[in-house]
Amino acid sequence: MNVAILRFPGTNCEFDTEYAFKKIGAKTSIIWHKSEELPKNCDLVVVPGGFSYGDYLRSGAIARFSPVMRAVRDFAKKGGMVLGICNGFQILLESHLLPGAMKRNENLHFVSKFQYIKVISSNNPFLKNLNEGDILNIPIAHAEGNYYIDSERLERMYDNDQIILKYCNKDGNYDNPNGSVDAIAGICNENRNVFGLMPHPERACEKILGSEDGIKMIKGFAY
Amino acid sequence: MENLQEILKSHKLSMEDYEHIKKILGREPNLVEIGIFSAMWSEHCSYKSSKKYLKGFPTEAPWVIQGPGENAGVIDIGDGMAAVFKMESHNHPSFIEPYQGAATGVGGILRDVFTMGARPVANLNALRFGEVKREDETGAHQRYLVRGVVAGIGGYGNCVGVPTIGGEMSFEECYNGNILVNAFTLGVCKKDEIFYGRAEGVGNPVIYVGSKTGRDGLGGAVMSSDSFTEESKSLRPTVQVGDPFTEKLLLEACLELFKTDYVVGIQDMGAAGLTSSSFEMAGRAGSGMRLYLEKVPMREEGMTPYELMLSESQERMLICAKKGTEEEILKIFKKWDLDAEVIGEVTDTGDMELYWHGDLVAKIPVAPVSEEAPELDRPTKKPEYLDYIKEISIDTVSHVDNQEAFERLLGSLEVVDKSWVYSQYDSMVQTNTIKHPGSLDASVIRVKENSKAIAMSSKCNPRYCYIDPKGGAAAAVMAAGRNVAMTGARPLAITDCLNYGNPENPEVMWQFAQGTEGIKEACKALNTPVVSGNVSLYNETEGQSVYPTPTVVMVGLNENQERVLPSSFQNENDVVYIVGDTYKEFGGSLYLKELFGKVAGVLPKIDYERELKLWEFVIEGNKRGLIKAAKDVGSGGIAIALAKMAAVGNRGFLGNFCFEDSREIFSESFSRALIEIDPKNMHALEELASEIGIHAIPLGTVGGDKFTLCDIEMDMGVLKKIYFETFANEIERDL
Repeated sequence: MNVAILRFPGTNCEFDTEYAFKKIGAKTSIIWHKSEELPKNCDLVVVPGGFSYGDYLRSGAIARFSPVMRAVRDFAKKGGMVLGICNGFQILLESHLLPGAMKRNENLHFVSKFQYIKVISSNNPFLKNLNEGDILNIPIAHAEGNYYIDSERLERMYDNDQIILKYCNKDGNYDNPNGSVDAIAGICNENRNVFGLMPHPERACEKILGSEDGIKMIKGFAY
Repeated sequence: MENLQEILKSHKLSMEDYEHIKKILGREPNLVEIGIFSAMWSEHCSYKSSKKYLKGFPTEAPWVIQGPGENAGVIDIGDGMAAVFKMESHNHPSFIEPYQGAATGVGGILRDVFTMGARPVANLNALRFGEVKREDETGAHQRYLVRGVVAGIGGYGNCVGVPTIGGEMSFEECYNGNILVNAFTLGVCKKDEIFYGRAEGVGNPVIYVGSKTGRDGLGGAVMSSDSFTEESKSLRPTVQVGDPFTEKLLLEACLELFKTDYVVGIQDMGAAGLTSSSFEMAGRAGSGMRLYLEKVPMREEGMTPYELMLSESQERMLICAKKGTEEEILKIFKKWDLDAEVIGEVTDTGDMELYWHGDLVAKIPVAPVSEEAPELDRPTKKPEYLDYIKEISIDTVSHVDNQEAFERLLGSLEVVDKSWVYSQYDSMVQTNTIKHPGSLDASVIRVKENSKAIAMSSKCNPRYCYIDPKGGAAAAVMAAGRNVAMTGARPLAITDCLNYGNPENPEVMWQFAQGTEGIKEACKALNTPVVSGNVSLYNETEGQSVYPTPTVVMVGLNENQERVLPSSFQNENDVVYIVGDTYKEFGGSLYLKELFGKVAGVLPKIDYERELKLWEFVIEGNKRGLIKAAKDVGSGGIAIALAKMAAVGNRGFLGNFCFEDSREIFSESFSRALIEIDPKNMHALEELASEIGIHAIPLGTVGGDKFTLCDIEMDMGVLKKIYFETFANEIERDL
């Protein structure tokens, strides 16, 4: 699998993401945001976490105008797989590749901790190796992860299996670290080829780091 | 010069200094030159009060690559890799403007580390606040400061993408008017790719990179070399404003530059900005330098040479490059959308020559500015309070029921979990964090480039330093080392941040002198040299100085990253040992403070031999696979240390041991640890203890839904509620 990992000014999870994907045997390349095209044989584009453009104005609001995002939009339109993690999720929302928007966390604080999440739908290439109801322990670290979408579109997303991950406690019951609508942690687009989530699976790929659950997630793209 | 007296006063220079400057220059100085001398000779930059006592620190060991004198210290961590680290204070700015003060403190220490060629991989911080629990305005203001400082540290470190993996926080009345914010950064690089702050090679270009220069932080180094008064609030404009995004770009651009061989030397523009960086870089190499100040990128029009030399605008670096590489270097910084300009060149005159649109506006010989900087021998006097506080001991206070004592100590803000703080810091970015904030004792990261792990811990108990300035400082080194050893790592070297009051007060100067003696003695005995550090004086408001607060960060190495010990209970039915000897020692204890409002008594006995044996015991026991968890015993004694292990491990404890005087469960005797082991290893552990010559006594077993020890008992539900919920309730109560 060939993975293209985007790098904007202020991105800070590009090397973590590269390290994790290499662990599952992927070939990776880091793509500078001014690049106007993606590598030819690219199987997956990852928009990694960080603070693109310092999160100034609004998370992801400036990065969406970077030249590389035009290429990502074309790639996604043709059915290419795109995964946005944390700031990457925010960038995909701002780019309208995913529906909805992010607000500041309900308590207005940055929140960094291990957080349990539950698989709501595995009817997609990303989470296909997991089962609905599976509980994963994955770090979160964000100030603007309070996902919002109006109830009408939310319903459509449920109907179309676009709500893929929710925050929960270790027993799978309701928990909400940031105030997201329905405690949503991750979603996908209608065609189920563009994914966004606030938790960082790349930070949970080794036992010594506290969890290996992230491997179960990212390897969905590989096989 | 007209108004000479006034000018000197506003630059905190004496008439004697002025005469000295005239002698160095061979003429009268102009205003630009006065500004430069004022900054370079400020306490902050020249260490004029402290220099005398900073001599004689042990700074060498086979693993030390770079000791004090550079931007940061460097130690060898094996396999061709090195760790670069330093701690620095940002106390005065943080009191005036908590968010920006703390944020720029983080920014400054990050630059000190990456300027040496290392990617910063971990941050710690040590924070001291006043009485946050008070009902009045002081309490409310302190809570505001806590919230601001924490947000500032997070706002900066998170954005730059460096994990904040631990730290310490405590509260004493003496910090009401002068909080302390100490920030630490550790970076990792290849041993043979370290960069130094030197400007040499005649004709080599001097390049300015990073943010534009503005008028912010003007005279900051001079500001922080003074005490606070009511008027200090008007100093807000002297606090710099941070831009972590630019810092991130600067970091990445510098790391990209370091992959080339274009750089001769590089230094961050920290306190006293362009002045200190240019003088220090030229000074270290014995060079001269010519700068064309009109070429400095400026944020606003109408700036003067004086302002350009003294601005403390953040996120700027000065580079000395090989001639002919200018274009390539500028290209790298342009890629990262940063300003970069050639602003001068290295000369062999030994002079700093500053030009402004063709006119020579200042000419100062470089060497004398640092070499002849005033070195003061300030009067010292042993404070009188030390005599009468000695008389207070556990035997002179009334009896308190242990159950009540336990409840009050457990709920102390110093003890309880600080997740309200550390959950605002990204602690996991870079995917190296093995031992996270909140998991007790030292924090640990793995090194991706080899199979090792680096443990680090920041320690200082200001109460100990108040009742015994020398012993308290030594105890900080011991405790930081002990924390590191508890993870199975071997302590290697320290950096320190010496926060004291007004040096013009002989009693403070005495405390300072004693503190440095304590660090020297401990570092020598424990074979952990000092590789970098910082002094912060004038931590005083309206005549009240802070307690002596020499913060020490110990860095240690664990040969095997798979074998990092936790500090909380791991399994039901495991046995817990107390290792080391407990005496009836309550000097400076949490017990005396929380129950009787006293910071007094005689410091627990220091025995470096015992301390080293304890480290050896845990390191060796871990290698042999005998130990499941280890935690040092500190504030609140065995009772509080066990309670923390229980809360964080989410497991109860059933004690079956007690002291003759059961209050000793709160004693703070040094050089002790709690060790959790599998019962089947009891014999092997006891054998190891006798091999090393240290006492290990089983205290009880892990498990159940209660915490019991001697005459205290608490449901785990209650214990966890107190431990995990107290802090947020207190700090957010006025929101």
